[in-house]
Amino acid sequence: MSVSVQGLCRRFGNAAALRDIDLEVRSGEFVALLGPSGSGKTTLLRILAGLEAADAGRVLIEGQDMADVPVRSRRIGFVFQHYALFRHMSVFENIAFGLRIRPRATRPPRAEIARRVTALLERVQIPELAARRPDQISGGQRQRAALARALAIEPRLLLLDEPFGALDAEVRKGLRRWLRDLHRDMGLTSIFVTHDQDEAMELADRVAVMRGGAIVQYDTPEELVEHPADAFVAGFLGEAVRLEAQWDGTALRFDPLPLAPLPASALRQAPRAPGPALAFIRPRDWQVLPVAEAGNATLRARRPTGHGVRLELELGPLIVEAELPGSPLRPGDACLLRPGAARAFATG
Amino acid sequence: MRNESRWPRRVVLGVALLLAVVLLLLPLVTVFAEALRRGLAPALEAIAEPDTQAAIRLTLLVAALSVPVNTLGGLAAAWCIAKFTFPGRGLLLALIELPFSVSPVISGLVWVLLFGAQGWFGPWLQAHDLQIIFALPGLVLATIFVTFPFVARTLVPLMQEQGRTAEEAAATLGATGFQTFFRVTLPEIRWALLSGVLLCNARAMGEFGAVSVVSGHIRGETNTMPLQVEILYNEYQFVAAFAVAALLTLLALVTLGAKALLERHGATRAHPA
Repeated sequence: MSVSVQGLCRRFGNAAALRDIDLEVRSGEFVALLGPSGSGKTTLLRILAGLEAADAGRVLIEGQDMADVPVRSRRIGFVFQHYALFRHMSVFENIAFGLRIRPRATRPPRAEIARRVTALLERVQIPELAARRPDQISGGQRQRAALARALAIEPRLLLLDEPFGALDAEVRKGLRRWLRDLHRDMGLTSIFVTHDQDEAMELADRVAVMRGGAIVQYDTPEELVEHPADAFVAGFLGEAVRLEAQWDGTALRFDPLPLAPLPASALRQAPRAPGPALAFIRPRDWQVLPVAEAGNATLRARRPTGHGVRLELELGPLIVEAELPGSPLRPGDACLLRPGAARAFATG
Repeated sequence: MRNESRWPRRVVLGVALLLAVVLLLLPLVTVFAEALRRGLAPALEAIAEPDTQAAIRLTLLVAALSVPVNTLGGLAAAWCIAKFTFPGRGLLLALIELPFSVSPVISGLVWVLLFGAQGWFGPWLQAHDLQIIFALPGLVLATIFVTFPFVARTLVPLMQEQGRTAEEAAATLGATGFQTFFRVTLPEIRWALLSGVLLCNARAMGEFGAVSVVSGHIRGETNTMPLQVEILYNEYQFVAAFAVAALLTLLALVTLGAKALLERHGATRAHPA
């Protein structure tokens, strides 16, 4: 189901939680709302579900204005951050809830409900947990149960609030892949909220990066990484060190840091106008040369990575991480540190 | 180290046990011992006495009327306070505690001032031949006032801790407000609710101060069990007084036992092995 958000605003007291949000989600798309806490992403998700009201703007689902449609009539599956499973019901009863409460005219017969719940339990791969209560199963299993419960109403749109937030790293990784496959196999349209950029990049077709109640950039993961709209997006995505710099139209200077200037040809992205700028340099973009005499940096530590070595370097008051295929340097050695490429944004 | 730290713990435990025995258990034993001093028969005879029988019936009736009112009222108040924010929420929370902090005598007196012969509504009530003070309605009103906090105070912390997400989940799944309340909200608080109701009931049967003010002490008519105990005691009918007291204590003990049982049941349901 396609979703269209137009000019959405929401204030909490004096603070603006959402300012003039526009968002288009195509049918079958998997979209991430990515941002730090307080960026308004959860508020946006709750307004889509109808759990929160907007002060201004419209939400259209499949072209239909949702303004006067109450939560219970929207048929939007919502997976809560802490799952919100009904404590007093078994996993089976939790999943059956959405079907059992339907008015008699549209309620499936008892046997049909049981059949559907069993099918869903198998779909989320926890058929053996049907009789357990939510507090008798693990976090990852609760996540699956909550998802099955949301899917039981055959939602036209699936919303997930920090779906992996409460899980440990190992479980998270496996569940991510599984959720992406599920989304594809069931032909769902899904929107999820996360503060974890890896999660957004790995799962989503498109990512809306949010900051201070506004969408800063809405693009595919590739576009976000290659063409970040501003310094915030560039800093939020990917691991990069952020340096203050000056741009004169031909070269980027890092004074007072003891770094060589970077010519325009070496910039992946140049500032729009001359003046003060913010430069982002990724670990792989550094060049580290051994020197006999005093260099501009000192090696603090090194550790092997999958395809090379990662160096922790002291550059004036800064700690910089560089990733190289290999290096003869030992901790304590002086070296010459040079940026090979960077992205820079005007701050003036 | 271990031996050093064990001694203070033993001393504190010993003191706590001693206090519990002297201050809590001993009076309980005394009540039953005094009641049965001349054997079981005189005690039973005292209880079978018509005025006492009337007091027992009245006590049960007052409890039966005021406990349901407070159950519904407490549930509604706790629901509003725990699940919503609205202007006056803090005031409502403070009002709920009022009966705990006001002396029971005042809790009774306010009703006399409102509905008594010289009270605000006294003339109007007399003109319409309605009697509240020195009658059942007054006893029920005073009891409701005194026991109002029990259900609400038991529920508010639990409902606040549980938050609103379960209700929100129910709504996204298509539940109406009515369905959400009866299928989600109520079942999730049922053990706490029952425990609050039992506490409320124990206090409703045992209330003395407020009830004493509005009762008028009409024998066989407006005396509840606690009032009957006092009258019998003041008339030096010690066996009878303690027999009624023992019965009242027994009712309280049964209530407490039921509450403990419920809590154990609720706990095992909430945290199974």
